Amino acid sequence: MKRQLFKSVATAALLSAILMLGACHKKAAPPPPPPPPPPAGPTASISVSPDTIPSGQSATLTWQTSNATDVSIDGIGAVQASGTQQVSPTDSTTYHLTAKGSGGTQEATTRLTVTPPPVTQAATPSPSEEDLFGQNVKDVYFAYDKSDIPSDQQAVIQADAQFLSQHSDINITVEGHCDSRGSTEYNLALGDQRASSVKSALVADGVSANRIKTISYGKEKPFCMEENEACWQQNRRGHFVYQK
Amino acid sequence: MSMNKCDLLDATYRPTIQCQVISSFRTGFTRMDHAKKTKSLHAPTAEQRIRTRLLSSICLLSLLLTLASASSAQDWVRTGSGLGVEKVRLAVPDFKPSGADLQTTGLLKTFDDTFWNDLDNSGVVELVSKSFYPLQVPGQPPDVTFGLWNSPPPNAAMLAFGNLGVAAGKLTVQGWLYDVKNTASPLVIGKQYSDVPTDDAARLIAHKFADEIIFRLGGGIPGIAETKIYFVSDRSGHKEIWMMDYDGSNQRPVSHQGSISLSPRISPDNSRVAFSSLTKSGWEILMYSVELNRLVSFPHFGGTNLSPSWAPDGTRLAFSSSRGGHSEIYVCDSSGANLHAMTTGRGPDVSPTWNAKTGSQIAYVSGSTGLPQVYTMGADGTNQQRMTDQGYAVSPNWSPNGQFLALAWTRKYGPGEPGSSDIYLMDIASKQWVQLTHDGGRNDFPWWAPDGRHIVFQSSRSGKEEIWMMLADGTKLHQLTFTGRNSQPNWSSK
Repeated sequence: MKRQLFKSVATAALLSAILMLGACHKKAAPPPPPPPPPPAGPTASISVSPDTIPSGQSATLTWQTSNATDVSIDGIGAVQASGTQQVSPTDSTTYHLTAKGSGGTQEATTRLTVTPPPVTQAATPSPSEEDLFGQNVKDVYFAYDKSDIPSDQQAVIQADAQFLSQHSDINITVEGHCDSRGSTEYNLALGDQRASSVKSALVADGVSANRIKTISYGKEKPFCMEENEACWQQNRRGHFVYQK
Repeated sequence: MSMNKCDLLDATYRPTIQCQVISSFRTGFTRMDHAKKTKSLHAPTAEQRIRTRLLSSICLLSLLLTLASASSAQDWVRTGSGLGVEKVRLAVPDFKPSGADLQTTGLLKTFDDTFWNDLDNSGVVELVSKSFYPLQVPGQPPDVTFGLWNSPPPNAAMLAFGNLGVAAGKLTVQGWLYDVKNTASPLVIGKQYSDVPTDDAARLIAHKFADEIIFRLGGGIPGIAETKIYFVSDRSGHKEIWMMDYDGSNQRPVSHQGSISLSPRISPDNSRVAFSSLTKSGWEILMYSVELNRLVSFPHFGGTNLSPSWAPDGTRLAFSSSRGGHSEIYVCDSSGANLHAMTTGRGPDVSPTWNAKTGSQIAYVSGSTGLPQVYTMGADGTNQQRMTDQGYAVSPNWSPNGQFLALAWTRKYGPGEPGSSDIYLMDIASKQWVQLTHDGGRNDFPWWAPDGRHIVFQSSRSGKEEIWMMLADGTKLHQLTFTGRNSQPNWSSK
C-alpha cells in the first residue's frame, strides 16, 4: 500500500513539473501584437429624489447612461438607457444600476431611505403614557377563592402604585377575574372583592381613589381557556386597564 | 317535621303535596344508597346518616299515609298517585281527526306529541304504552269500549281521548278523561277548546288539557304545561336573557343588551323579568316588562349588583350589591325604593332566594368562612344560620312548599379532590340532604317548578352548558336546550 501511494505521488509530481516547464517555455515566446484600442467605456449614474421618504410615499428614480447596450436596475429589471421611474418601497432600498456596453460594464448605486409611518415616528422618541402604563403596570394574581392580595404579589402592587403615583394623570379600571370553576354569581361577587382589594392596596400606597374604577368579570372573560391549574391561575387576577 | 302535621290538619289538598315531595325524597334516598354501594362516593358516616333517614322517611311516609287517607280519602283512593307506591295507569290514544281540512293532520301531530309529552313528564301518571292499545281508538264518548281498556293488556285506570279538527278557519279540540274502571259514571273531565288553526295554538290547547288532567290526577296541584322557563343563552354572540315554554319549545330572546346579561328572574305575576346586566356604570339590576316588551326604569345602585330574587308576593326584591364596599344581600321594594342591607361582613354574599311559601326567610350564599356555603336568615336579616357543612355550596332555590332547598354542591372540594358539582335537596328543618344528580359534568342553578315536582338546572354533561329538567327525585332527566351555551334557568311561578 505504502509503495503504491508513494508511486502515485511521485507520478503526480513529475507531471506537474513537466506542465510547469511547458508553461514557462510558452511565456518565453515573442510577445503578441498590441491589442486594438478598447472602445469607449459606458458611463452610468443614478439618483433618487428625495432620498428619504416616509413609508407609503414614493420617490423618483433618475438614471443616465451612455455607451451602453444593456441597462438594468436590480429589482426593476431591464430599463431604457436613461429614464425616470416612481418607486415606493416599504423598506429602505439600494438601487443598483448596471450598464453594459462593448467597452465594458459600469455600475452605479443610490440609496432610498424609508422611514416608519409618521405616527410611530412621533411616538418613538418619547413613549406615550399608555405605552409606559403597559410596560410598567403589572396584573396582580390571587390564590384560589381568595380576594386578599397574596404576600408574593405585594411587591407587584407596590410597583404599580409607585408608577401610578408618578403618573398622576392616568386613570385606571381594575378588573376582577376568577377561574372557570365554581358558580357564575358567586364568582362575580368574588371578582368584585378582588378588584376592591387591588383598589384598596393602591389607595393605601397613595394613589387617589377617584382615579380608580373597579369592575368584576367573574368568570365571564377568561384570559386562558384550558382546564388546568396553570390556566386557572392566569384567570385569578386583578387586571389593570388604562383609561384616558 | 311538625310542619307536616300542621299542613295535614289545615287543608285537604296539602297532605298530597307533602306526601308527594316526601315520596320523591324517599326515591332519592334509595337511588343514592344504590349509587353509593356501587361507587362508594361518600364517607361511611354519610352512608349511615342516609340509611337512618331512609328508615325515618319511610316511617314518616306510612304515618302520612294513614293520616292522609283519613283526612282526604277521596283524593287518595281516587287517584292512587303521589304515594310512591303506584301511579295511575293512563292510556292516551292519539286523538281522532274530525273533518277533512288539510291542516288537520299537521296540527293533530303537534297536539298528540305535546299532549303525550306533557303527561309523560308530569310525574303523576304512568302512561300505558301505545302498543297495548286496541286497534279501534275512540274519538267520542260513544266509541269507548270499556272492556278493551280496563283489562289487560292495557289495564288502564284512566283513558284520555278526543278529537281535533279545523272548520271554518277555526281549530276545535274536544277531550275527555274517563275513569274506565268505573263504567257506571266514567266521566272525570270533558272539555272543548277553540283557537286559531296554528301549531302554537295546538300546542297551547294540548298544554291546557294536560294541565286539567294533571291537576285532577295529581292531587290538586296545578300542572306546569303552560309555564315558561327564562334562561341565559350566548347563541346570539352575547349572553342575553331568553325564554321558552317549559318543554323547550318556542325559544326566543328577551333582552338585547349586547353586553353580558345574567340571572333572569320572572316576577310571580309573570309581568316583569329582573336580571343583572353589565352596563356602562357596572353590573346593575335591570327590569324588563313582559307586557311592554322593553326595559322599564329601575334604579342603578352603584357597585356590583347581582342575582335578583322576587319575594313570593312580588312586592320586594332581594339581590346582592357591593355598593357599600363588600357584596351583601339587600332587600328593596319592587320599585327599587326602601333599600336595606340584610347582611354585613367581609365575605361575598350572593344568590338570595325567598322562602317561596311564607316570604319570611331568605336563603343565600356567603363566602364569609372561606368556600361559599348556603345560609338562611329571616327576611329582616336576623337569625343567620349556616346550612351546609362542607365543600362548595351555591345556588340555593327554595321549594314551593317551603320545606326544601335545592342547591348546587361540590361536597368535596379542593386540591386533589375531583368532586363534581351536583344538584342536592336539603330538608331545611333537619339539614338532611339527598343527592339528585350523579357523575354528569358540572351541575348548577337548580330551580323548582311551581308544582314542586320538577327541577330545571344547568349541566355540562352533554359537553357544554345546557338546560336540563328532571323530577324532584332525580328521574325523568331530559335536555331542553341544544343551541349555543345555555345556563341559569328560572321557572315562572305560573
